[in-house]
Amino acid sequence: MKGRALSFYAVAAFAFLYLPLLILGVFSFNRSRFTIWEGFSLRWYQSVFTNPQLSDAAWNSILIAVAATAISTVIGTCCAYGLWKRRSPVLLGSLYLTLVTPEIVTGVSLLAFYQAMFRFAHFRLGMHTVILAHVAFSIAYVVVVVSARLRTVDPKLEEAALDLGANEWQAFREVTLPALVPGIAAAALLAFTVSFDDYVITSLVAGVDSETLPMVIYAIARRGVDPVINALSAMIVTGFGALILISERLTARR
Amino acid sequence: MKLGVLELRDISKSFPGHQAVDRVTFEIPRGEFFSLLGPSGCGKTTTLRLVAGFDSPTSGEIFLNGASIQDRKPYERNVSTVFQNYALFPHLTVQQNVEFGLRRSTPPPDLADRVRGVLELVQLTRKESRYPGELSGGEKQRVALARSLVVQPDVLLLDEPLSALDPNLRKHVRAELKSLQRRVGITFLFVTHDQEEALSLSDRIAVMNGGRIEQVGTPQELYLKPRSRFVASFLGQVNWIDGFGVRPEAIRISKSNPDGVSCRPATITRSSFLGNRIHVESRFPDGAPVVAEVSRLEENFREGESVHLWWRAADELRFGD
Amino acid sequence: MKRLRSVFLAPSWAVMLCLMIVPLGIVLLYSLLTRGAYGGAGLPWSLESYRRLADPLYLAVLARSFWIAGVTTVLCVMLGFPLALFISRSGPRKNLYLSLVILPFWTSFLIRIYAWMFLLRDTGLINTVLARLHLIREPLPLLYNDGAVILGLVYAYLPFMVLPLYATLERLDPILLDAAADLGARPWEAMLRVTLPLARAGFIAGSVLVFIPCIGAYLTPDLLGGGKTVLIGNLIQNQFTTARDWPFGAAASLVLMALVMALLMFLIRRRGEALL
Repeated sequence: MKGRALSFYAVAAFAFLYLPLLILGVFSFNRSRFTIWEGFSLRWYQSVFTNPQLSDAAWNSILIAVAATAISTVIGTCCAYGLWKRRSPVLLGSLYLTLVTPEIVTGVSLLAFYQAMFRFAHFRLGMHTVILAHVAFSIAYVVVVVSARLRTVDPKLEEAALDLGANEWQAFREVTLPALVPGIAAAALLAFTVSFDDYVITSLVAGVDSETLPMVIYAIARRGVDPVINALSAMIVTGFGALILISERLTARR
Repeated sequence: MKLGVLELRDISKSFPGHQAVDRVTFEIPRGEFFSLLGPSGCGKTTTLRLVAGFDSPTSGEIFLNGASIQDRKPYERNVSTVFQNYALFPHLTVQQNVEFGLRRSTPPPDLADRVRGVLELVQLTRKESRYPGELSGGEKQRVALARSLVVQPDVLLLDEPLSALDPNLRKHVRAELKSLQRRVGITFLFVTHDQEEALSLSDRIAVMNGGRIEQVGTPQELYLKPRSRFVASFLGQVNWIDGFGVRPEAIRISKSNPDGVSCRPATITRSSFLGNRIHVESRFPDGAPVVAEVSRLEENFREGESVHLWWRAADELRFGD
Repeated sequence: MKRLRSVFLAPSWAVMLCLMIVPLGIVLLYSLLTRGAYGGAGLPWSLESYRRLADPLYLAVLARSFWIAGVTTVLCVMLGFPLALFISRSGPRKNLYLSLVILPFWTSFLIRIYAWMFLLRDTGLINTVLARLHLIREPLPLLYNDGAVILGLVYAYLPFMVLPLYATLERLDPILLDAAADLGARPWEAMLRVTLPLARAGFIAGSVLVFIPCIGAYLTPDLLGGGKTVLIGNLIQNQFTTARDWPFGAAASLVLMALVMALLMFLIRRRGEALL
């Protein structure tokens, strides 16, 4: 019956989606550097931690991601809250614009912007330019997630608080904000993964001392296959997968 | 033995933990308006789905024109269903909906004529290019009817087609449906929980309860000679007195004690004037309530009045239990 | 109330303005300038960059981007529809399957592309396995061509087709399929005459959602195409790095943006409601 063929196809489709990553993970434990299985080994994982270029880049990526996440989560949450109170089609439109604009265009426009700034201020490409760029494209993600969460909040609750004597700030802080916490956490996790993983925009606006992990991965991938990437990939994918699952759990509840 | 157009023999359908249809057997001759009547959950819709082919029976056989069809798919059976919520294709016009069953790999040469004919029959001739979303409930029902009729099925299956309509519309559509069936002559298998609907439309009715058929008969037979308490009380009101039943309209009220008839004393508790009849509630000396409906041309009755209630022995409904 | 709202929205306005709108404006300006001697851009004003884009060489890049985005979209339709159908019929596990479909997308994009490099290259897994099985004597050139790029794009954006298709299929009343069968339609006929037409909105939405990122793709053609597959994204990147022709790159960027906006307008008008 059609049902059985469809189930078979679905299995194949999910295999297509997941096998490449699983294979990558399996071969991260390969003793040999070639794609022939020669035994189980953790050596590539060891070299992830001992490689100075990788650890520097990882450190940069984490720093940038944490900073960008912190900033964009705060700004994005405030933005979602403000939009919840009253719509602003222009702001919403420009947020969607960031989601839809091809990364290459965003990267290029930010590079052009920074170069223009260089004429007026002492500005160089470095960690700060990257962080700002990440904030720019992360905000939209935060707004989308937090807005979704806000839709489950009853606006009458704040009105009740105002009625009982609280001012708007207190109403926000004590009534709405606590209800938003899971959504904010989910948005932060999402923003973190998006920032950590970004290559295109980062590569354009990073300075010489702000190499990120994706940039290193890209460089190695361009040259050839290095099993260190496999190990790194396995760690990143598992880590991100876990973060995303947590994020989904947080948004799904209630 | 003359075979009817549709015959169900010992049809049963069980779901885990629940016997939906239990050894249902009946036969419908060609051209009859046959109804399955019963409360919700009695198995009437399941039975209809078994005839249509959307479910297969656990046991039993279904014959259409003498051929066994219970193993055939819905598209292999020459029956057509009018669904409760019409199931019109939203992306097709009225015309395209009605044509749907005819537009196969080789459409019949008279397709346009047949479609036009059936649309005339249901009085929808100027709405062929409308979409279902633009139609009223009554119009949608007529499209569903036309769509099913145009394929010339041996039996037309109707699943509570009037229940989704406005109550005001229902009586009017009911009459139209009956006259349509008479004109076209197609056999109807009609499912409903409304006993007034079944009584007014059907040539014969099968009353169902708990998956079983309680009784099959003409409306008169079922109403006047019910063979079980369930049938008696489902088809109309019944007063249960000393183990037998009497219908309210069979009870006569007399202020004096009439001669030659057995009667019982009672006290009036309420009397409502309903226009063409009077609804009288009273109590026997032992406190048992009794409802009577009498013509308004009778005398007036006042609350608290002592009267005598009597009825003809022939109007008593007695059951073998 | 209004003042608090302004406070909340002000930072976002600032970020959007400074880091999105103004930069795009600067790109617009650059596109109208001339290439500087040491890269960058300067006066005089000129439409030269746009004129150069009309050169057959660059029109070929545009055409190729459309071609690859188009093929990817068609493949996503063919591969995504049965999967969406499966999920819509899978009963209580629908949400689980939906999560499973979208989850890979949110792990690292770069790593997902790298995974295919690992599989497809001459010394990659596929070639190694085939050689071991003595099915081939020389490695198959699976990587560094258009096919690999398309494969990578389909892999990346398949979920964008599955989700909208699922959404429309889910809203399909199964009783319509009963009615079709009742009227004599076999299962494939019902699929063709009822299911597919009613899922049309999903096909359109999914196609646009796949086409848009494909046409602006940079990383996938860069890594999986090995620099041989030059799409608009690669062209733009090249202008801002090696070729140092910022005005030209800016013009190309704006043309790309215009394409994306046009597609979006088409989608929004077709759907009528907010898709995002």
